[in-house]
Amino acid sequence: MANLSFTEVLGPVMIGPSSSHTAGAAKLGLIASMINNNNFDKIDIILHGSFAQTYRGHGTDKAIIGGILGMKPDDINIRNSISIAAEKKLLVNITEDDLGYYHPNTAKLIFYNADGSTHTIIGSSTGGGSIQIVEIDSFKISFTGEYPTLIINHIDRKGIISEITTVLADNNINVATMNVSRLQKNKEASIIIESDSIIPQNVSERLKTIDDVKSVRVINIGAEI
Amino acid sequence: MMFNTGKELLELTNKYDCSISDILIKKEMEIFESTEEEILEKTKKIYDVMKNSASESILHPEKYKGHIIGGDAIKMKKYADNNDTYCGETINLAMARAFSTSEVNASMGLICAAPTAGASGIIPAAIITGSEKINADEISTLKALLTSAAIGELITKNATVSGAEGGCQAETGTAAAMAAAALVELKGGSPKASLHASSIALKNVMGLVCDPIAGLVESPCAKRNASGVTNAMISADMALAGVESIVPFDEMVETMLKVGRSLPNTLKETALGGIAITKTAKALEKKIFNK
Repeated sequence: MANLSFTEVLGPVMIGPSSSHTAGAAKLGLIASMINNNNFDKIDIILHGSFAQTYRGHGTDKAIIGGILGMKPDDINIRNSISIAAEKKLLVNITEDDLGYYHPNTAKLIFYNADGSTHTIIGSSTGGGSIQIVEIDSFKISFTGEYPTLIINHIDRKGIISEITTVLADNNINVATMNVSRLQKNKEASIIIESDSIIPQNVSERLKTIDDVKSVRVINIGAEI
Repeated sequence: MMFNTGKELLELTNKYDCSISDILIKKEMEIFESTEEEILEKTKKIYDVMKNSASESILHPEKYKGHIIGGDAIKMKKYADNNDTYCGETINLAMARAFSTSEVNASMGLICAAPTAGASGIIPAAIITGSEKINADEISTLKALLTSAAIGELITKNATVSGAEGGCQAETGTAAAMAAAALVELKGGSPKASLHASSIALKNVMGLVCDPIAGLVESPCAKRNASGVTNAMISADMALAGVESIVPFDEMVETMLKVGRSLPNTLKETALGGIAITKTAKALEKKIFNK
């Protein structure tokens, strides 16, 4: 049996009322905004399943909005996130829809960035405040945000994975898990790497210089939320 | 320093001649490479959140209204202050504190989900009130909280603490079992007596269903937190008096899981059965969700 730390039993410390519908929802918004990694002035939040049915009662909407504004699940300002978003002139559009075969507690977030770009992120709140990001811009992926995570978009070609992992090894970063996917051969592809240690800025800069790497995003949040 | 059952936990306390919290600290140090100071510091942070949630809705009841509940913590506190009650000031005050955390939780305030948000009122109320009652020092109080974590770990590993999986017995029953063991250790009871207290607390609510009105963590949750802390305190008192659970802790946990699995889904956090489908509950649901 896996060992539990006492902080997992006596925790998380969170804004109520529900670990899945409030704490997990805030974490989902927070990680999604880190993936978007851009200034945005509009967001569409599409709620699926139990999120769609019960979000008003559990403050799921406030929690997701708080998360995308950078609040952690224990931030007391989550209560007021809707008015904080309005003060920041952020346009928030919440709708309910059936997204298909996803976990019952799932949300799709579409960020509209100031530079004209958009990013679509789908994630699920899987219980006890834990989450899983399952889709970024149509790429099916899977990571929990519990480890420092690298998201690399690149063009599919032979040898690129070993070039990337060599950079990590040279910088003493251990790969805990790696998830590789592509739209089709020699076209856009994506790699998600979860690591045991924080990924420094210079490493992500170095990864960007590899041929055919299109973008590198780092989520150094790890176990702190 | 692993323990996967209550029996193994007791063997370790016998082997090292120490308390349950001492074993938990040793385990954390060994497996998660932390020091005793770091562990107690983290525990203090958790306890501070608990103390705050257990008093907030008594001090500022107007700030903590849920969709259905609110105001019961202050009513209970005023009644306890009269010192003219059936259960006495200690239990009534503990109930007021449990209501407070439940009301803070229902209105998007800060709580510690120990072991879950829905059952988060029980452990703070029990440990704060118990510690106050016997004038325990801070370290013993923090260690009692760690004892509750050891029991929570055992129930998480061998059964479930989720209402959706095991009903309310798994949430408020587990919280009461965790708190009962903590109260026994706090008052100088043996590790064996702690496990008897946990076992008694679990049996007292065996089969309790999870049937929240409108699916919200409010009613009957808040009152089950208030009765849950009472369950913890009477179970601790029984064990401290020398009363033993006929069925040992590990068997009680195993059968709690079996009962949870055999409960229909309508009685496991779906709001499709029990109190949630009463006429009054359905009318409230309609009003809240406007449908």
